[in-house]
Amino acid sequence: MAQMNLLQAINSALDTVMAENDRAVCFGEDVGHFGGVFRATSGLQEKYGKSRCFNTPLVEQGVIGFANGLAAQGSTAIAEIQFADYIFPAFDQIVNESAKFRYRSGNEFNVGKLTIRTPYGGGIAGGLYHSQSPEAYFAHTPGLKVVVPRNPYQAKGLLLASIRDDNPVIFFEPKRLYRASVGEVPAEDYELPLGKAEVVQKGSDITLLAWGAQVEIVEKAAALAAADGISCEIIDLRTILPWDIETVANSVTKTGRFVVSQEAPLTAGFASEIAATIQQECFLHLEAPIARVCGMDTPYPLALEKEYAADHLKIYEAIKNSMTY
Amino acid sequence: MNTDIYSESPVVHEPAFIDGHSVEIPILKILKQDGSIYKNAAMPNIDQELATKTYKTLAFHRVLDERMVAAQRQGRISFYMAALGEEAASVGGAAGLKDQDMIMAQYREQGALMFRGFSLENFMNQMFSNEKDLGKGRQMPIHYGSRELNYMTISSPLGTQIPQAAGYAYGQKMQGLDAVTICYFGEGAASEGDFHAGLNMAAVHQAPVIFFCRNNGYAISTPSEEQYVGNGIASRGVGYGMKTIRIDGNDILAVIAAVQLSREYAIKEGKPVLIEAMSYRLGAHSTSDDPSGYRTREEEAKWQEHDPILRMKNWMLAQGWWDEAQETALFEKLRDEVLAAVKVAEKIAKPPVEDLITDVYDQVPPLLQSQFDELKVHIKKYPQAYPFTAGRIK
Repeated sequence: MAQMNLLQAINSALDTVMAENDRAVCFGEDVGHFGGVFRATSGLQEKYGKSRCFNTPLVEQGVIGFANGLAAQGSTAIAEIQFADYIFPAFDQIVNESAKFRYRSGNEFNVGKLTIRTPYGGGIAGGLYHSQSPEAYFAHTPGLKVVVPRNPYQAKGLLLASIRDDNPVIFFEPKRLYRASVGEVPAEDYELPLGKAEVVQKGSDITLLAWGAQVEIVEKAAALAAADGISCEIIDLRTILPWDIETVANSVTKTGRFVVSQEAPLTAGFASEIAATIQQECFLHLEAPIARVCGMDTPYPLALEKEYAADHLKIYEAIKNSMTY
Repeated sequence: MNTDIYSESPVVHEPAFIDGHSVEIPILKILKQDGSIYKNAAMPNIDQELATKTYKTLAFHRVLDERMVAAQRQGRISFYMAALGEEAASVGGAAGLKDQDMIMAQYREQGALMFRGFSLENFMNQMFSNEKDLGKGRQMPIHYGSRELNYMTISSPLGTQIPQAAGYAYGQKMQGLDAVTICYFGEGAASEGDFHAGLNMAAVHQAPVIFFCRNNGYAISTPSEEQYVGNGIASRGVGYGMKTIRIDGNDILAVIAAVQLSREYAIKEGKPVLIEAMSYRLGAHSTSDDPSGYRTREEEAKWQEHDPILRMKNWMLAQGWWDEAQETALFEKLRDEVLAAVKVAEKIAKPPVEDLITDVYDQVPPLLQSQFDELKVHIKKYPQAYPFTAGRIK
């Protein structure tokens, strides 16, 4: 199996789809010959031509509006928004159009063939506008699927599943890990299921939940806790919407303790939704209050990024607090 | 990089501004109000059969609008939007296209759907949100859509269809289809960001779209002079490097001619076109609006003299393709049919409660299913509060 970084894994997934499906089209700002500012679409224009992989004008609402129309027409539309921080001009097209296309038409029309790829997340000295994790805004919108991979293997398998899924999917790519995360990725075609969380480490004392780049942080915290003799079960949620309640609830029922961590600010983040549901599902099994370890309720900072972030030490503290409650 | 535009520009050494109104835009008129044709006018490709179908569609449109505004006043439906005075834009648009062309309308283009053959029953079922509505009773009246007839389901947010039309047409072109997309919007919606996004995307990516602006003078209460100060919407097409034409929107022959030529161009060159049709919204914006608060009777009376349906009728009479007896019989028949259809549609049951959760996704996710299961238990507990569904829960 080849070693790939996360970008190469995404490129491999796009290449796989474009090779098998001549109605698959990749586009976005700088996506064409340049291959995207992060190079996720490198080589695709050379291989599949300018009509199937191209630059768009600098207009996010236009990119997604165009993508909605293209997907409604039956093409496989794979749109890139250069940074998730810049997805908001397209918010109306995503929330009012992509998400409601099938429902409002009584299934006369749909944009199931739409996938929006966008890099998200902090830890790269990107400040307010190159660091945000806006998944919760979209998780509040029935009709969308929201997917976040944690490593190259997950990225390829989940992206292939997202593109082929018959619903509009927003695929958030953890840009901090684009080159930092390297692992074995099959060259061939494979899919990982949407709507399914994965238990990445078995444990018995406490359940830790995260998604995307935050899984690695949680793993670091679990390693610290393990040195204290605490056995952590770690779950990668993988799909934010619709999310896998069963896997998480089963784990918390077993461990009785639960910490959920996200990069985004605490208030009204997706961790809050999870906490509310797990409280309801596992109330009689809980040994301690559910803890949310999240970004602070500020815009994403620059110089004080370390202080702001939900790092492994804050999660480690939350684990200990839960264990000693 | 394309720098030709700069190398070809004449060079000056004193500041020379271009006036915002320096582009002169002529307006195409073919048919006079009395039914005669302007001298040397270039006629569209239209025979008696197409003309008769077009005229009958206009008549149906007028009758349906009149009756449904009345039905709303009687409290039988919640909402309606008439297109009084600007029916030629939508009916003529469809008449200039082929059936395989996609129509992406704003909301006041029911005439295009009528031309395509959407049945009276289908219109009624949508407006009464009953279980036979293709949209499953999910959208307010007049939000029609039909896959079979290539008429994209209406979405209330303004202008969202404009960049979508660019994408839809791009897909048609990639597939090598003999098909274009027509995209309707008003001069008010042309202020939305999606207008600028959509026109530029279509121009840059060479998508075969016919952008059709119905400039009817008003966005609800806001007159066009408070919407923009440029030379209408057409001047913007020039800015986006797009072939552009301005027409008399109440002149059905000008509409058909412009759309036929635009279609030919869009297919042959694989590029978009902008049509600006000048018209006037004679009726209210919707049944929730009252124009007497923002414009005068005199202004409306002036535009009543430009009625596009009467204009076409006069032409049909002059052609010998229509007579007054046919006219009376047609309108009588249409009024009877619409009244009868109202009575049928309002008695058809509301959609089943299952339609609440289908089509959010291709399949119902587990959490939504469990919410639905809880809802059914709740409805059974309080059946009197949910009379449309309580008796039908399985």
